[in-house]
Amino acid sequence: MNQISFLILFPLVPALLLAVISNQTFRNVIVWVSSLSLIFVSISLATAHLGGSPEFFSVESPILEKLFFGGEILLSLYLLWRCKGITKKESYIPVLIILQAGIGIFLELSGKLPKVENAFYVDNLSIIMALIIGIIGTIICIYALGYMKEYHEHHTEIKNNTRGFFFIFFLFLSAMFGVVLCNNLVWLFFFWEVTTLCSFWMIGYSKTEEAKRNSYRALGLNLLGGLGFSLALFYLTFLSKAPTIELDKLIHAGSLLALIPACLICFAGLAKSAQMPFSSWLLGAMVAPTPVSALLHSSTMVKAGVFIIIKMAPVLQHTTAGLLLAGVGGVTFLMTSLLAVSQSNAKRVLAYSTIANLGLIVTCAGVGTYEAVWAAILLVIFHALAKGLLFLTVGTVEHKIGSRDIEDMGSLIIVKPFLGIVMLIGIAGMFLAPFGMLISKWACLKALIDASPILAILLAYGSAPTLFFWSKWMGKILSVSSKAKALDSPVDSNEAIALSSLAIPTILTCLLFPLIASVAIEPYISSIYGQTISLSQGNLTIMTIMLGLIILVPLGFIFYPRKQKHVFGYLSGANVSGSASFLGAMGVVKDVANRNYYLSSAFGEAKLTIPSVFLGIALITGMFVVVLL
Amino acid sequence: MTMTKIALALSYVIVGGVLGGFLAGFDRILTARMQGRKGPPLMQPFFDVLKLMEKRTVVVNNHQTFYVACFLIFIVLTGTLFFVGGDLLLTIFALTVAGIFLVLGAFSSNSPFSIIGAERELLQMMAYEPALLIAALGMYWITKSFHVSDIVSYGHPLIAVLPGIFISVLFILTIKLRKSPFDLSTSHHGHQELVKGLTTEFSGSSLAMIEVAHWYENIMLMGFVYLFFASTPIIGIAATILVYILEVLVDNIYARLTWQFTIASSWIVTGALAVTNLMAITLFLK
Repeated sequence: MNQISFLILFPLVPALLLAVISNQTFRNVIVWVSSLSLIFVSISLATAHLGGSPEFFSVESPILEKLFFGGEILLSLYLLWRCKGITKKESYIPVLIILQAGIGIFLELSGKLPKVENAFYVDNLSIIMALIIGIIGTIICIYALGYMKEYHEHHTEIKNNTRGFFFIFFLFLSAMFGVVLCNNLVWLFFFWEVTTLCSFWMIGYSKTEEAKRNSYRALGLNLLGGLGFSLALFYLTFLSKAPTIELDKLIHAGSLLALIPACLICFAGLAKSAQMPFSSWLLGAMVAPTPVSALLHSSTMVKAGVFIIIKMAPVLQHTTAGLLLAGVGGVTFLMTSLLAVSQSNAKRVLAYSTIANLGLIVTCAGVGTYEAVWAAILLVIFHALAKGLLFLTVGTVEHKIGSRDIEDMGSLIIVKPFLGIVMLIGIAGMFLAPFGMLISKWACLKALIDASPILAILLAYGSAPTLFFWSKWMGKILSVSSKAKALDSPVDSNEAIALSSLAIPTILTCLLFPLIASVAIEPYISSIYGQTISLSQGNLTIMTIMLGLIILVPLGFIFYPRKQKHVFGYLSGANVSGSASFLGAMGVVKDVANRNYYLSSAFGEAKLTIPSVFLGIALITGMFVVVLL
Repeated sequence: MTMTKIALALSYVIVGGVLGGFLAGFDRILTARMQGRKGPPLMQPFFDVLKLMEKRTVVVNNHQTFYVACFLIFIVLTGTLFFVGGDLLLTIFALTVAGIFLVLGAFSSNSPFSIIGAERELLQMMAYEPALLIAALGMYWITKSFHVSDIVSYGHPLIAVLPGIFISVLFILTIKLRKSPFDLSTSHHGHQELVKGLTTEFSGSSLAMIEVAHWYENIMLMGFVYLFFASTPIIGIAATILVYILEVLVDNIYARLTWQFTIASSWIVTGALAVTNLMAITLFLK
């Protein structure tokens, strides 16, 4: 319990300190010290509880309840106040805030809220999440130290509010720990809404018109999801045959009693994880500074959405509603993977790929069998690592080469070898065997074919474009242009430390994942389902061989004899100055420029977005129709 | 058990390539006969590769050879995995990794012809991947195992229950074997719109490695076709040879098509035949 209260409360200390201190040295010290403490405590929480059965903690404190209630009201008031900036089209936002606050206040004052036995808990899934928040989250905070300094050097037109930025960052960490460790759903919901607030604030950071509109869209869609959560609480208090507002009791109630509130909560999860039809807010969120995209919009906050859906998996298992929910994820995975092909803005590719992978997790959780949940948790871990790494790398690359367009990253391996290698590790981690995400996809395929073949087919189709857009990006980085020169501008030390400390685990987890699976995932699965899967030794050996080859073969080439004759690339014999330019048909010298395929006529946003949104809406409507009938 | 596996692995590594070379020679004779020529001797592909090895390797940069070596290593690994009876999904993923190495090699040269070839190769991979995965899923549904060894020893002909999946595999096999109408990324002949596409900037021993890798790859692909008939080995071998002859015939009677058509047609064929097939067996053969 001490560790839980530390994780939730301690981040507020640096948050408040950083809100008032603007000296860079002090800021560095505070961020480093508090990050290291959070890493230490989250690891000690893990060592104390990992592998064990879930533990619950009761808190008898009327003051605490009042504090949470006060917090909820303050939150709603703040958001209402922020509504002064909305346009006419966004006038639904205050309505949502008032509705939610109304339900919250009504529940609290009615005195009918079921009594909460255990307000907090630790189980293996929440430990995994706590480790992701505690380690990856704080690494991103350290990265942000260097990044925000450079950000304001590059964007002098944007008002420097680094103090506010770090305040929100640490407030967010506290709220995330709350989300994954709270058993009291009312409190969990409060933390949930705090993350919405953080995301809203961060997206609007640059105060440009685009940033403002996008931040309100994110707020609106997340509040819509939040309304689902409020309704779930309302249902659980007044309409349910087994009234409870405790997460574990809700899950154990089984699909007969708990399916309606579970679907309402999953609705909130879908919005938070930007599944179709909510995906637009996450794309808009890319205007925020890159550490925000890494922390909130790929590694942690959007994971809160899938976290709660994974939690609901036992309730959803073997239900039509669960399959329809899985369908939302499957459609999202396929469509956003296709959409990512058409993007050349690196952050948008990452955003689409994030939505796609969250979709895959939703698919597994919606199916809800023990195999599927196993795969879902594996995806959560690997995705948090590799995607966090990729976002941060893109952020640094953008500051170094002045662009986040993949087309401008040609020869990155020559221009900035460190960043090139780190980016390659991140990309390989996302789609190449035997790295993490591929292992997870493999597990997903096996789980889905057993449960629902049509979902496995969506996965088979969706993974094909994935390999296309990642490989062409890789190819861009690795192409060696004769014009490319190494860039002499060192990477900030905080950023370099953060990048390395994400890149190394991305590789190590491939070797260690059997251990992670047996220590963390399998106990969770068997505590809920009473059975679990373990990996076949033969396949593990093969994957180790593959990883070994991928790492060792490059080393072998250091000693490779270089007797080869070098020539310039073939330009139909019209080369001028090596292979950098050629003699055109009219006798004019033209530079060689290679661009990737984006296939926008086939997979462009104009073509695919609207059908996917409609499919998403149809499936969600279907889910509620099935549940209510 | 392990000893037989090691023996199988070694025999694939040694025999697989040789067999693939003969298959390539057979392909060339067959093609020549279809075109009314006599064609080269059966050993010609081996002579070609030996000659390539003799030649000096000319490169645009040093990285290229590395990627090609990885391509060869991973193709051999894929085939080995397959022939020792390993996990079919893992085999498909390893094949993808191998393919990506070749593509990266082409990208690395930064030469326009190879880059267009590389992009097209990726498009082709995108076109065939769903069919391969769905084929693996179909075989799993029937035999309850992803392991090639279990699929081979299933005892009943898979073709009887997986005809749609089989046809979709035949369709994408044309892409995998780099045959017309889907040989977009490379062409067997120079002086075409892509020069030699993917392989434009490879020569000498690098090009030889690519050739040898294709031999290994083709043998593995024929093994995949064999799985559909594995219950009766003689029919299996006959069917595999027939399939190859059919692919050569298709190669000779079709002109090259566009990437749009390649993706659309393979996805639609996969969707119409393989998906329907899979849905049917999952509904009726519980």
